[in-house]
Amino acid sequence: MSAAPTTSSSEARVTTAAQAGLVACPHCHLVCRDTAARDGYGDGRVRCPRCAGRLHPRKVDSLSRTWALLIAAAILYIPANAFPVMQTSTLLSTQNDTILSGILYFWNTGSPELAVLIFTVSILVPLLKLATLSTLAVSIQRGARSRADQRARLYRIVEFVGRWSMLDVFVVALMVGLVHFQGLAVIQAGPGAAAFGAVVVLTMLAAHSFDPRMIWDRAHRPRRGRDPKKRLVFGTRHG
Amino acid sequence: MTDSLVACPECDALHERRELAPGTKARCVRCGAVLYRRSYLEPDHQLALVTAAILIYLIANSFPIVDLEIQGRSNSTTLVGSVLALWREGREIVAVLVFATTQLFPLVDLGVLFALLLMIRRDRPALAFAPMLRFLQALRPWGMIEVFMLGIVVALVKLSNMAEVVPGIALWAFGLLTVLLAVILSLDLRSLWRAGERVVVRPRRRLRPKQSVHP
Repeated sequence: MSAAPTTSSSEARVTTAAQAGLVACPHCHLVCRDTAARDGYGDGRVRCPRCAGRLHPRKVDSLSRTWALLIAAAILYIPANAFPVMQTSTLLSTQNDTILSGILYFWNTGSPELAVLIFTVSILVPLLKLATLSTLAVSIQRGARSRADQRARLYRIVEFVGRWSMLDVFVVALMVGLVHFQGLAVIQAGPGAAAFGAVVVLTMLAAHSFDPRMIWDRAHRPRRGRDPKKRLVFGTRHG
Repeated sequence: MTDSLVACPECDALHERRELAPGTKARCVRCGAVLYRRSYLEPDHQLALVTAAILIYLIANSFPIVDLEIQGRSNSTTLVGSVLALWREGREIVAVLVFATTQLFPLVDLGVLFALLLMIRRDRPALAFAPMLRFLQALRPWGMIEVFMLGIVVALVKLSNMAEVVPGIALWAFGLLTVLLAVILSLDLRSLWRAGERVVVRPRRRLRPKQSVHP
């Protein structure tokens, strides 16, 4: 069941809130009259009449925040995979496990389905998140117009699966809590665990700060540089 | 300002709001994102569920999750025990992360939701309603009980290779909590803004820019 579009059901004729001079409150989702043309959005001065939250037609500084968080996550991704996340000390030996060697352990001890699960959420998902969000951000910066629906779906998937990457951190935490038999076997968390947790949090924040409405804004904006009148107009200096 | 319109949260397309049948959702005609949902449960039912979840949460956190036996020695841990062990060995970041996502945020989430549903039930204006609901919306993605539940399963499989694993009370409690939370989290927080229409205290006057501050 779907709500009725305000215009026709054909995609091209959808009216957005922005086009109608309206803005949806990012907090309580009330559709309000956009008074920014008169007052400006600066400093969050325009407030929602229902919840008093700050009104922004789009998430603030969406692309720069997304990029900053993505770059931080990409940098931390290296120590997260290079350093051990878990250290197992037994009477005879000490074994350091990275995320990948933990997966191999499951693969070799007869739980290939768990190996696949952990590989997916710990390695595949963070990588795909970084790649997908970067691609989406680049596509918006380049003013891509095609396949907006597919890009929107990609974003939705990324936002949905992100949290499951925390799985490995929780597994390590439980193992540390359970296995401390002094002199027999002790499991400790390695430096990779914090880095990995940070990667998950940063990519989740990056997905949150990305505004998917930008995908559609660009897709339905008139092409740049096609209007011959506009083409040769050079900017005049302000002030 | 109008309540009869809905803007798609993912593509900004405008839609007219229609009342939904229980258990159905409205999707955006352009991008397919969920605009709003109507739960099978009325706020009163949800209040009952949240109360149950809080009780089970307390059980899940007070009892050991599993008991581990190696060569006649046994060891058990609660969730707090795991977090403390991480903290003691100098992994403070991981400890804080695990504590926040599996204990603090889920509990605060349930507590705030409980308070909000109570306010809706009383149906009288409450100043705290709007800020609390906004806070809950921001907090929601960071509670990860269901991921933690999967983590328990993985850890148990891993440990069953090297030791005798005896499930504890908290294991069952976490399982039950995961199910309850799945139902509770499927409640669309956006619907609370409408359910609490008479509870929200609207700002008395328009917040205008102060000309002296922003010349």
